[in-house]
Amino acid sequence: MSEDAPTVTREEVAHLARLARLAVTDSDLDLFAGQLDVILRSIARISEVAAGDIEPTSHAVPLQNVLRPDQVAPCLPREAVLAGAPAVEDDRFRVPQILGEEE
Amino acid sequence: MASLHELSAAQTAEAIRTGEASATEVARVHLDRIGQIDGELKAFLHVDTDGALAAAAAVDARRSAGEELGPLAGVPLAMKDVVVTEGLPTTSGSKILQGWIPPYDATITRRVKQAGIVMLGKTNMDEFAMGSSTENSAYQVTRNPWDLSRVPGGSSGGSSAAVAGYEAPLSIGTDTGGSIRQPAAVTGIVGHKPTYGAVSRYGLIAFSSSLDQAGPFGRTVLDTALLHQVLAGHDPADSTSIPESGPDVVAATVEGARGDLSGLKVAIVTELTGASGGYQEGVLARFRDAVAVLQKLGAEIVEVSCPHFDYALAAYYLIAPSECSSNLARFDAVRYGLRVGDDGRRSLEEVMSLTREQGFGPEVKRRIMIGTYALSSGYYDAYYGQAQKVRTLIADDFRKAFGQADVLISPTSPFVAFEIGERTADPMAMYVNDLCTLPASLAGTPAISVPCGLSDEAGPPLPVGLQVMAPAMADDRCYRVAAAFEAAYQAANGPILQHLPSLGASR
Repeated sequence: MSEDAPTVTREEVAHLARLARLAVTDSDLDLFAGQLDVILRSIARISEVAAGDIEPTSHAVPLQNVLRPDQVAPCLPREAVLAGAPAVEDDRFRVPQILGEEE
Repeated sequence: MASLHELSAAQTAEAIRTGEASATEVARVHLDRIGQIDGELKAFLHVDTDGALAAAAAVDARRSAGEELGPLAGVPLAMKDVVVTEGLPTTSGSKILQGWIPPYDATITRRVKQAGIVMLGKTNMDEFAMGSSTENSAYQVTRNPWDLSRVPGGSSGGSSAAVAGYEAPLSIGTDTGGSIRQPAAVTGIVGHKPTYGAVSRYGLIAFSSSLDQAGPFGRTVLDTALLHQVLAGHDPADSTSIPESGPDVVAATVEGARGDLSGLKVAIVTELTGASGGYQEGVLARFRDAVAVLQKLGAEIVEVSCPHFDYALAAYYLIAPSECSSNLARFDAVRYGLRVGDDGRRSLEEVMSLTREQGFGPEVKRRIMIGTYALSSGYYDAYYGQAQKVRTLIADDFRKAFGQADVLISPTSPFVAFEIGERTADPMAMYVNDLCTLPASLAGTPAISVPCGLSDEAGPPLPVGLQVMAPAMADDRCYRVAAAFEAAYQAANGPILQHLPSLGASR
């Protein structure tokens, strides 16, 4: 890994925000660029550790293929679930347009 | 007899069992106390007066029907707002979930209800549990009952303040990097992070799934153990739940309280003693006192080095944001919560971006972006992949250390409670709060914080916590050592909370 500390630009923050679906304002871009830079510089020291052939740990408990019995059980009542949705139509979640087609 | 709100959970349950007090009286006293002081303390986001009184009346009815009551029946509890509760608002401290009423109970909510515990309401927290001061809540700043100008720790700061401020004898928090232990330490109460997988995560609003773990707060080690026993156990609804049943932590507490630790090996972790600075001298002094107490109780004190603990902060602040950037993708303005800018013309993607911009606070956005960066191609191996390897090395350090000692100890936090606003400008200044608690989070091992005295270095006398760490599924060791320490400390000094300044009309 290179020794160059990361430098986060405004453009990079804008790109990250777009990937994360966050509409960031112009003034936020400057603030976040500075802060992300400080954070990334601090955590970049992780690269000092010689860990070449070490197995990664994704989880503290090494459980695999955890399955429940294949039994039919009731799901949540539809009204209770839809009651928390921002918009509902015909007993379904109403979603803004996805494909960019006309109405 | 002391006023009902001053009793421990164990004493409260006993008073209800013997008929000395009804569960309804107990609930009313606590609701009154909340009414009197929570305007100052701001521990609660939602108080469920009707629900609490109904739950208490049910316990009273069971008692009059001659039913046997469980060990915590009728005891009030404050629930962190990250835990879903059917019919009660649940926000995880975020605007994006403002007004959401969950249609189901978390497994731990169900367990609490089944135990006859009376839930008083939902407590404030850092948004999505990201923070160490509860200042990242979208709703309010919770005050530390020891000094109202200071933070109660975080992210479970509402839960720590409620118990330290005698609004409830018990509360539940969640700990991802220290969010139970650090708030317990800075408010002078007991808090335990169980072994990862010992307590169900079903119904916890996820922040970092491989690290999140719910656990108990209490004013005494016994109360904390009694609540632990209610929460722990296998849950088929959580695929990371450990199938084996855990140790009896109540028995371990009773055993520990006898005050004999002879034969026990206790190791000080060199890397967590502030050798390279950054720890308050008052914290280190109380830690040294605690070591002397443990030695007097018969424990053999050794020192171990865990060299990779020095990288725990960096590993944590890569792994947790990475997992959060994925987990928080569920807030898409479709199924629950806020939706902004849906004018019939904007696309789903635009609505989603506007909603998340308005619904998330700055710390949440920062972590989502750090996580997105760490997981992006080109950086993945150097950041996220490397952090996962360091996590293995930290777990190896623990394994080696537990070959030489039964438990490891350290201060719980490098600092006592700090002033509101003192650490908000610089994210890294906030992150270093977790220095001592992160290794056990990354390894998934249990750790408890127990009060070990006061430090007046930062101004008024403020509590310091002792952290006791044990191997996975050996939570009983944490409780045994904490109970022994608590008994010895109180025999010499009395309970630490006797020094709590009075709040509202009375303490």
